[in-house]
Amino acid sequence: MFLINCPYCGERDQSEFKAGGEAHIERPKQPTELSDDEWAEYLFMRKNIKGIQFERWNHAHGCRKWFNMIRDTSNDEIKLIYKMGEKPPKG
Amino acid sequence: MKNKYSIFSLIKNAFSYHENWQKAWNDPQPKKEYDAVIVGGGGHGLATAYYLAKKHNMKNIAVVEKGWIGGGNTGRNTTIIRSNYLWDASAGLYDHALKIWEGLSQELNYNVMFSQRGVMNLAHNLQDVRDLKRRTHANRLNGIDAVYLSTEEVKKFCPIINTSPDIRYPVLGGTLQRRAGTARHDAVAWGYARGADEMGVDIIQNCEVKGIKRNGDSVEGIETTKGFIKTKKVGVVAAGHSSVIANMAGIRLPLESKPLQALVSEPVKPIIDTVVMSNAVHAYVSQSDKGELVIGAGTDDYVSYSQKGSHQIVEGTLNAILELYPIFSRMRMLRQWGGIVDICPDASPILSKTSVKGLYFNCGWGTGGFKATPGSGDLFAHTIANDEPHKLNAAFNLNRFVSGDLVDEHGAAAVAH
Repeated sequence: MFLINCPYCGERDQSEFKAGGEAHIERPKQPTELSDDEWAEYLFMRKNIKGIQFERWNHAHGCRKWFNMIRDTSNDEIKLIYKMGEKPPKG
Repeated sequence: MKNKYSIFSLIKNAFSYHENWQKAWNDPQPKKEYDAVIVGGGGHGLATAYYLAKKHNMKNIAVVEKGWIGGGNTGRNTTIIRSNYLWDASAGLYDHALKIWEGLSQELNYNVMFSQRGVMNLAHNLQDVRDLKRRTHANRLNGIDAVYLSTEEVKKFCPIINTSPDIRYPVLGGTLQRRAGTARHDAVAWGYARGADEMGVDIIQNCEVKGIKRNGDSVEGIETTKGFIKTKKVGVVAAGHSSVIANMAGIRLPLESKPLQALVSEPVKPIIDTVVMSNAVHAYVSQSDKGELVIGAGTDDYVSYSQKGSHQIVEGTLNAILELYPIFSRMRMLRQWGGIVDICPDASPILSKTSVKGLYFNCGWGTGGFKATPGSGDLFAHTIANDEPHKLNAAFNLNRFVSGDLVDEHGAAAVAH
């Protein structure tokens, strides 16, 4: 259990939030052109990193807005939170 | 068998104050090369090694384990064993395992304390009732014992359940698989380790895999904390850490690793002589032979390797337990813990070859792998030895995520994942 600093509402208990999985997976621009392998990659394959992972979260029991989070999955420490549409920081 | 356990060996050792029992397995250093290496010394990995040696005559093999054997999810689960799955492929897989469980203590000469005390699944709403009835019919068509119980029959089978119609999640019925039950989880790992060790398998503990060496499209060996081990076949059975190993080999898996929590109460006299699972509210209860209530909760929704889970998950489970079993309201909980479970998008496991020759994965068991331990080991050993899946695990290949031929057990397996 941890506290999450919603970029719109401020710090709230994690129980108010819903995890939305890996961030920055782009929807295919030409879905009709995709091979089965590419569909599998988009739909199912995940990095599932032990360490620094980029994720999407939703403040489900609050403002209901989505945002991005960089979190260390080995100890649940949150490194950075940034809004949807913003580019992930490098390095 | 060099040290067969029996009433006679027990009496003999009693005379020497039980100080002269032989070691159940050795503690070898890794050799330079093996015919196959199993990564992960949990129940599934040790069972795989056991069946590779026993049924496929592969004796020059090793199991490498980063901690101690049975110290991961094998020791963290709630020990429930059942095979009442909806789809034909799953029914075949889990009932294969259940049939091995039924003779496992004799086969291993090791008491795994398999207890067929029955598993009951409760229905709390109209859709649950329909789903459970459908699953009962599907189970029977697959030769798996299953009966549907009315509310009164549920109460008769487990009298401490609150079947009052005015609770938040009333009990509208349930299913019962009488052949299902529990086993002692540690004993399963130890029994397989002892059996494998006796056939010459090297069980190497405190040996973490740091890399998978590839030569083009084939495996050449593994880098470990105890040096490089050359091998042409690597079977990965690393549960929550499967994606970490896959990453070393440069392949992608459709897994997400999430915390799953469980807890045990203080020990009390026998009060519940079966296993009751309530999927809608994530409350799973049985009683251990020591007398503790063993309670399973649900998973968190975020990826984590921290072996911790959220407080509200446990709170939700205990709320449900207290409503269903008011008699437990004064019980104190002794321990709570989390294990990291690797969940597939279709909530079914992967027992499969990969795009890399000689690299096999046994993963994705998610929240319910313990029950499958003997069957999983048997079928994975077959897959590794023959470089082809057995017909019972053919459907659980990695390619199903490309072909779309998923084995969708989300909810269908009598457990909400």
